[in-house]
Amino acid sequence: MLEFPRWKYVLVAAVTLLALLFALPNFFGTDPALQVARKNHLPMDEFARREVEQSLSAHNAPFIASYLDQGKLVVRFAGVADQLRARDEVSDALATGYISALTTASRAPGVLRKLGLRPMPLGLDLRGGLYLLYQVDVNGAVAQLLESYDQGFRRALTSANLPFTDITAFTGSKSAIPNGLRIALPAGADIGAVREVLRKANPELAFTIGSGDAGPTLLMEMTPTQIKARQDYALQKNITTLRNRVNELGVSEPIVAQQGIDRINVQLPGVQNSAEVKDILGKVATLEFRLEDAQNSAAEAKVRGRAPLGSKLYEMDGRPVLLKRELIATGDQLTNATSSIGNEGPEVNVTLNGQGGDSMLRNTRLNVNRRMAVVYIEKSRETRTVGGVKTTHDLTTEKIISLATIRAVLSNQFRITGLTPVESRELALLMRSGSLSAPIFAVEERTIGPSLGAENIRMGVQALAIGMLAVFAFMALYYQRFGWVANLVLLANVVLLTALLSMLRATLSLPGIAGIILTVGIAVDANVLIYERIREELRNGVTPQAAIRAGFDKAYSAIFDSNVTAFIAGLVLWVIGRGAIRGFAVVLTLGIATSMFTSLMGSRALVTLMYGGRRKIDHVSIG
Amino acid sequence: MEFFRTATNFPFMSTRKLWYGLSLVLVVLSIGSFFVRGLNLAVDFTGGVQVQATFTSSVNLDALRTGLAGAGYREAQVQFLGSARQAAIRLPPQPGQGGDVIRARVEGVLHAIDPRAEVTSLDVVGSQVGDELKSGAIKAVLATLLLIFIYIALRFHTWRLSLGAILAVLHDPILVLGAFSLWHTSFDLPVVSAMLAVIGYSLNDTVVVFDRIRERFEGSRRLEPVAVLDQSINQTLSRTIMTKVVTLIVVVALYALGGQALKGFSEALIIGILAGTYSSIYISSAIALDCGLKAEHLLPTSVKKPVDALP
Repeated sequence: MLEFPRWKYVLVAAVTLLALLFALPNFFGTDPALQVARKNHLPMDEFARREVEQSLSAHNAPFIASYLDQGKLVVRFAGVADQLRARDEVSDALATGYISALTTASRAPGVLRKLGLRPMPLGLDLRGGLYLLYQVDVNGAVAQLLESYDQGFRRALTSANLPFTDITAFTGSKSAIPNGLRIALPAGADIGAVREVLRKANPELAFTIGSGDAGPTLLMEMTPTQIKARQDYALQKNITTLRNRVNELGVSEPIVAQQGIDRINVQLPGVQNSAEVKDILGKVATLEFRLEDAQNSAAEAKVRGRAPLGSKLYEMDGRPVLLKRELIATGDQLTNATSSIGNEGPEVNVTLNGQGGDSMLRNTRLNVNRRMAVVYIEKSRETRTVGGVKTTHDLTTEKIISLATIRAVLSNQFRITGLTPVESRELALLMRSGSLSAPIFAVEERTIGPSLGAENIRMGVQALAIGMLAVFAFMALYYQRFGWVANLVLLANVVLLTALLSMLRATLSLPGIAGIILTVGIAVDANVLIYERIREELRNGVTPQAAIRAGFDKAYSAIFDSNVTAFIAGLVLWVIGRGAIRGFAVVLTLGIATSMFTSLMGSRALVTLMYGGRRKIDHVSIG
Repeated sequence: MEFFRTATNFPFMSTRKLWYGLSLVLVVLSIGSFFVRGLNLAVDFTGGVQVQATFTSSVNLDALRTGLAGAGYREAQVQFLGSARQAAIRLPPQPGQGGDVIRARVEGVLHAIDPRAEVTSLDVVGSQVGDELKSGAIKAVLATLLLIFIYIALRFHTWRLSLGAILAVLHDPILVLGAFSLWHTSFDLPVVSAMLAVIGYSLNDTVVVFDRIRERFEGSRRLEPVAVLDQSINQTLSRTIMTKVVTLIVVVALYALGGQALKGFSEALIIGILAGTYSSIYISSAIALDCGLKAEHLLPTSVKKPVDALP
């Protein structure tokens, strides 16, 4: 007798229904769409939606539908032409309040979206876009920290009236102390007092005493934990900054993620021109606000080639300018920066935090009618090949972007003028998104055109459809009624796999589609194992129902063992692989799991429905 | 329909010297080809620049080459990609030039030939990244082989089957490497993932045979190993062939319809599946036999109950 417990029928039916529901959004396809967000980062609401819709209607940019989704407005269009017209419309008429990004939106009805059911996001190889892999200069970040220790020690020792000969920072594996500082003291210096002062300045650092040419020295070496902490901090800070900058670019569904210990990968769907994006993403820039040194003559300093103590010599529009070294405020103290067009042309409106605001208030109150400069500092890295040897130089460019008379007392909110529109926009963006804590440079860069993406998805889906049809025909011919059971089970397997991938929000890539196709071929295996076993039992003269039962039972261990090995290969690929290859591995391993469920449970449920119970069977249609 | 209506009874074990010989020849040829001709490694592994471009009509590759040399890319390799309207351009690493600079220069050359030519994809891979991917791929293959060896040794209680499985399975990626070096097909990251899939699935067949061997020995411990192995392979033969036919159907569909990006991937799968079917039928069990496989190796204590089916 052939039986299958009722609860298993229920389980199979429930899983199948749920899978259909979750897989459903993938079958509707997508339309070109526009994603509109507020510039001030507040979520979009019904009011904003009406404003955008009215503006689009008024300017003859027809759209199919619009809806609010996760704080952003998505507007769907019938074609790319409408989409582009609407984009121009938003960037012209609504530019003050909104930014928009080209994207695609699912045609699935709103009910599904409200239930949280979404199609799988498409990878860059299927929709076109820019992939960047950045290397973070984590050692540079350690050097920066040592630099700031260096400065801090100098200040602390000077204010404690303790003399020192020199302080030197060491970085890199080639130097005597891998990552540390050496403080050279004059002969007969009070080492204990120096040490006490330094310990107060930085309690977490440890010092050892050595002796130098002229007098005693103190050595500070960073521990591996401290170095690691600094590198991690730099990486995390850079990821945050890159994320902010990417959000400012107005790209829909961007990905910024850590890769390995010192890399960051950035995926920007729809972006084709890498020059502008890379320029903004990789810029290490900050601002400094300083007073002009009016007591000394800048021209004289230029002739001497040296600035007087406490000042620094700059050049602005060909004229020398002396600025005081003390900082009033720095870019780190900015909380917001926006660009706009004011009475005096483009301007950047700056908001400082409490500390920066206090300092600005104090300094400007004492210096009304003097001039204050805004210095723009940019760090870049240049690689030169000299005689076959590659050397890299870190360049720092400092430029006065504005030098204006303080007319009134400023506090935490003020404007910077004297920039071109492009400069003011970029400056505001860079200030808002925060500075990079260590330089980054692109080590891998891939762009896929939208036409190639569309071609890839069309071909992938076509190969899947034709491959499945061929398998269906073959199975139906070879195993007859059981072949159709296998085909239904295969179809259920693809649906279940699609549902799982959608639930996990796994990105579908071209290798992922290949993985689904391969899974179809592989999932047949479990069915074949069972059916061949049934045939074998039938040949041995067993009754049909007993043969079916034995087929399922005896094939189980073979199905299990044989799938485990493929599962292992998939897992290794999942762990070691990245990008699209990981996508393939995810599909492969999940596909093995779903195919075991569908062939052992689903197939058995169907076969038991057909041949089970107490009915008398004298023939099994298994070819 | 049934290909194997009557039970087959091929003497796989007594003829095993012949199959070893055939495998050995293929493996030696593959390794020879690998060392003599080398692999045509894609930019994924070497670092460098890969540009794909589409033209409105057939493009003259010589003109393209000359144009690129004029733009400072004297070492450019140019070839058709699928059709005469698509070209792939390969450049060695260009230190100091970002993707944007290269794109602008290459587009300049393309537009001089065909004003409506289009760059459809552009990959710039640093040589450091390429080296890492190479060592990552090798590690992935080794890790997979090791884990599978351990799994089989644990599952079947004997290293003899493990060794047979691993040698049979090593044979498959070696043949894939041989074919790729012989035909100089571009060897990229998807090909490596195809090779790992091949390792997984070739084992799949081997394990099904081993499972049957264990079942036969459980039935009677006094059977001759040669007879048991022959019977096991014959009894699972129809399943092995059927499964591979179906898998080949989908992979061939992928090869024919999946486009340029998946050509190498599906090619590796086709070769790997053919090699895997051969090795799991002719090689894996034969090696276990030559290692002295006996019933007690599979059934270390008393007769073990077969694994229960799902309740």
